[in-house]
Amino acid sequence: MNFETIMFYAFSAMIVFAGLRVITARNPVHAVLFLVLTFISCAGIWILLEAEFLAITLVLVYVGAVMVLFLFVVMMLDINLAQLRKDFWRWLPFGAALAVLMAYEMIWVLGSYETPGGNAAIKHAADYSNTKELGRLIYTDYVYPFEIAAVILLVAMVAAIALTLRRRKDAKSQVISEQVATKKADRLRIVKMQSEHKDSAANQLGEQK
Amino acid sequence: MMELLQTLQQAGLELLGPAWMPIWTIVKIMVVTVPIMLTVAYLTLAERKVIGYMQIRIGPNRVGPYGLIQPLADGVKLLFKEIIIPSGSNKFLFIAAPILGLAPSLAAWAVMPFSDGTVIANLNAGLLYLLAMTSMAVYGIIIAGWASNSKYAFLGAVRSAAQIVSYEIAMGFALVCVLMASQSMNLGDIVRGQQGSHGLLDWYFIPLFPMFIVYLISGVAETNRAPFDMAEGESEIVAGFHVEYSGMAFAMFFLAEYANMILIAFLTSVMFLGGWLSPVPFLPDSFIWLLAKAAFFLFLFLWLRATFPRYRYDQLMRLGWKIFIPLTIIWVVVVAAWMQTPLWVW
Repeated sequence: MNFETIMFYAFSAMIVFAGLRVITARNPVHAVLFLVLTFISCAGIWILLEAEFLAITLVLVYVGAVMVLFLFVVMMLDINLAQLRKDFWRWLPFGAALAVLMAYEMIWVLGSYETPGGNAAIKHAADYSNTKELGRLIYTDYVYPFEIAAVILLVAMVAAIALTLRRRKDAKSQVISEQVATKKADRLRIVKMQSEHKDSAANQLGEQK
Repeated sequence: MMELLQTLQQAGLELLGPAWMPIWTIVKIMVVTVPIMLTVAYLTLAERKVIGYMQIRIGPNRVGPYGLIQPLADGVKLLFKEIIIPSGSNKFLFIAAPILGLAPSLAAWAVMPFSDGTVIANLNAGLLYLLAMTSMAVYGIIIAGWASNSKYAFLGAVRSAAQIVSYEIAMGFALVCVLMASQSMNLGDIVRGQQGSHGLLDWYFIPLFPMFIVYLISGVAETNRAPFDMAEGESEIVAGFHVEYSGMAFAMFFLAEYANMILIAFLTSVMFLGGWLSPVPFLPDSFIWLLAKAAFFLFLFLWLRATFPRYRYDQLMRLGWKIFIPLTIIWVVVVAAWMQTPLWVW
């Protein structure tokens, strides 16, 4: 057993353990952190497959951004676990059936990829950049699916903002461009006046009395 | 220096055989991290001195000549302080958070090119690795805020999460421009791409000037430094995410913040100011140049802190989302178009 195989089994064991803990952890924040651990272990396996671009992007996008926002939301939720667990046994058969179906589908899809000589990853030279390869494929052969996916994401984002945007009528906001464009003359008025003397001030006070 | 290291490696290989490689890697890691930790210690002194002189006072001057032993005194003090764990807190995460905060900022140094060929891991996707590592630093802050079970700490964590995620996008796009200009994601190749006969005129800060500024300001925001230190905000939320921490656990956050500052200073030098390259053609390229450039940016960090008041939160978000992100996206297109013309000489 060489080093790569040991690493593969270590990462796989970590994924299975963390994945199970995601659905069994009682505390939702712990569940999210276990999901982060699952992603990082997956990235480790992808590194072993020499897919370093995908692995680092997984860490960058999912761990660095998506899960942070996830954690952000989950930390603020007030989750009543007893309420959530109430109907667990009632829905278990349905959930189990779905899980079996998904497992069957995955086995079916992956099982059909039998290549001669096993499913070993193809080794590349040290200067091979799969970032460049991936970029070339995405922007040439798969440019339309790529752009359609991008547009769908944009539409989803706009829709999400449009659904949740509530504009208050009495909200106050700054108009930054106006503030920046302000000249000295708009805000400051210089008044020319005679300087006041001590005696004259005292005299005036005396007259008023 | 290089010959000495090579002979050392040869001797080790002959002596220990395959067991030597892990030891050698650990030696290399120590050679990088120990100076970083020392720099962190003296950066805290430099900060107090620089801000002191900017406010016409002397700064620490009691411990040792000119206060030079002050960082050691602070370190010893923090080491012997009791670590108080709040009773309502989540103990495991409370202890893990400072470690999660410090680890990515040290891990990122693995791909830093100190001079031509001197790098721990010469990764092809070095730039991506850096982005991934710096994006993970936020976990330390969020987990600290949540595990403390304190409202102030939680507010600090929430502020910091939103801030770091927002500025990361601008930072990423600024680096996309660097990547387009150099056509490589290897940090060593990025520096070599800035090599030329005109010294500092060949560096990327000239064609990518707006990105240079965006990267620098986002770097300040990413490290939670003043004027973007909303996560700490001592006048509003006491000390933000680390309000419940004491002793060495607090010191870890402190180390992480300063290690991140040093990292951003080095990265800005590598990406935009030609790393180890000399600014004038008649002087040799050397590691000293990289140090000098990084020292300048570190001074800038301290200078900013002494000069600017804290940003208001909505203005911070406006700067990130409405100014930096559109600006970086436009500049990506500008650089892409520029590179197709003969006017691109970098």
